[in-house]
Amino acid sequence: MLEKALSGSKKYWTWIFILLVLIGIGTVNYLRQFQTGLAITGLSRDVSWGLYIGQFTFLVGIAASGVMLVLPYYLHNFKQFANITILGEFLAVSAVTMCMLFIFVDMGQPMRILNVLLYPTPNSILFWDSIVLSGYLALNITIGWVVLGSDKKGIAPPKWIKPLIYISIAWAPLIHIVTAFIYAGIPGRHFWLTAIMAARFLASAFSGGPALLIILALIIRKFTKFDPGKEAIQTLGKIVTYFMLTNVFFFALEFFTAFYSNIPGHMHPFVYLFAGLDGHAKLVPLMWTSVILAVVSLLLLIFPATRRNEATLAIAAAMVFISLWIDKGFGLIIGGFVPNMFEKVTEYWPTLPEVLITIGVWATGFLVLTILYKIAISVREETAGIEIEH
Amino acid sequence: MSMNRRDFLKIAGISTIAGIGGTAIVGGLQKGVIEAAQTAPDTDTLTGKKWGMAIDMDKIKSEETLKRVTEACHRIHNVPDFSNTKDEVKWIWTETFEHSFPGQEHQFMPDAIKHKPFLLLCNHCDKPACVRVCPTKATFKRKDDGIVMQDMHRCIGCRFCMAACPFGARSFNYRDPRTGLKPEEINLDYPTRTKGVVEKCTFCRERLAKGLQPACVEASNGALVFGDLNDPTSEIRRILASKYTIRRKPELGTEPNIYYIIGGSDYAVVPEIK
Repeated sequence: MLEKALSGSKKYWTWIFILLVLIGIGTVNYLRQFQTGLAITGLSRDVSWGLYIGQFTFLVGIAASGVMLVLPYYLHNFKQFANITILGEFLAVSAVTMCMLFIFVDMGQPMRILNVLLYPTPNSILFWDSIVLSGYLALNITIGWVVLGSDKKGIAPPKWIKPLIYISIAWAPLIHIVTAFIYAGIPGRHFWLTAIMAARFLASAFSGGPALLIILALIIRKFTKFDPGKEAIQTLGKIVTYFMLTNVFFFALEFFTAFYSNIPGHMHPFVYLFAGLDGHAKLVPLMWTSVILAVVSLLLLIFPATRRNEATLAIAAAMVFISLWIDKGFGLIIGGFVPNMFEKVTEYWPTLPEVLITIGVWATGFLVLTILYKIAISVREETAGIEIEH
Repeated sequence: MSMNRRDFLKIAGISTIAGIGGTAIVGGLQKGVIEAAQTAPDTDTLTGKKWGMAIDMDKIKSEETLKRVTEACHRIHNVPDFSNTKDEVKWIWTETFEHSFPGQEHQFMPDAIKHKPFLLLCNHCDKPACVRVCPTKATFKRKDDGIVMQDMHRCIGCRFCMAACPFGARSFNYRDPRTGLKPEEINLDYPTRTKGVVEKCTFCRERLAKGLQPACVEASNGALVFGDLNDPTSEIRRILASKYTIRRKPELGTEPNIYYIIGGSDYAVVPEIK
């Protein structure tokens, strides 16, 4: 089926070219980082994780959210998702690829990455995370490819794929729970030491991922002959609404506990992020942007009129995505490190090479996504109108 | 090539030894019993089951003492100096009371205590969070004496341990550490590191192996006392039994092994055990 990715319109090839240029720029900057060390990033002794790990965390959520399509379709036989389930699975593949690349570019000694397998350490959450992530990648690429291959031939997918699909449904929340445990089990980092972390992660994942899928579905409809379906998009809109509400609610719970208990260590990261601490306030504008986007998007999503209108739904979805990206891809990580273990403030801001490497990884993810979507859509365009029982 | 009986036997003998030796090494590795960085013990080695340290703050009277102590460590361990806090590597350093023991300070405290510099280093915790999170066992707690070790050859530089350590005891080599060392000052008896790995205090395990006290203790004129916390007759245990001491963040349950003597007022005589 790969040959489908090799023939496309001028627009398709321009898009591929842009992505390749961005990947090239990212690679050149990564080679510089590889040569010089992580000193070329904004990371420091006090803030030792930053943009890379933030992206990793955010994207694990995007990957996990594929289940929001797979579950209703396969467990509840929700027919409207029949056509776009593949989009969720392939989005998961692309997101996990980015996750792995972000971990890789964040490592001080990337050539030693196999040490994680050579010296398996079950007491380390990172060990489990590497297992669940690679497992999830394998499951999604296998399921997506096999089901699509059968569709192409106009036959029902082989029976052995069903157990894998059920496993993948259970596996999806797992990748994000394990990722939350990276943070939630660390003593002394008040911002992260919260039992609700995994629940927050799932809520933000299941709103951010479907929000991205809405945008992708609308783009696909605009540029191809494949229609993901109006009802499918509306259902995604409802999923985004409920999980975004849950996400904001969970965040409010954190806020209440920190400030009503009045424990300084619990309040400090919130104060730093939303008001600034000891005269340091680099993240304040960003965090308030996230809050405002969250509130406005919820208004657009809750009122049926704006949710049913695809133009306003698209705006709301973009707002949800950006709001969560700021909150989880940036604020969550930095808030864990500020103030530091000595109750002092060291600020962090990514450097230009760091940003370019990050864009390069995102471009790689979008390249994978574009190729996989191109294949899926080409097959779907050919088989349009043919009902296949999965 | 001709060979007499004597030469043949020599070669055969050496081959056999090499073969057996090789098997032993391979076998040992396979069982995974060799801990990273394990070396043969020296007969002079200082032995203890649980090394710890008591720092008498009253005995540290001048900035010079602090400087001497930290420099002694950093010099012999080839700890680089980049003159910036961002890429800083440090094994032992000072921080004021309010930042060493956040939450313990109060507004009526004498400034002399509030702003008094405390010596900070790895706490070699009983239940180290850094060891728990390391995905490769590159940082591990030595079974025989409790030192929290760091294997610079295994570390992948993920910095999970830096996120986990509640004491900020770990440094990452953001750049090549050799560029932060003056060539004439490099201690050739101790390895330099590479970029991209995490490092920290190792309680001078290389000096203990030779029967020497840690470098900071030696340079401290008696302000730092190092010893076996498992031995009730050790000097450190007698001090802890007789003086008021505090530890950093004991509420987190990592069981740190560095004790700070407050108001020790020059304990002239270490009380004898009866």
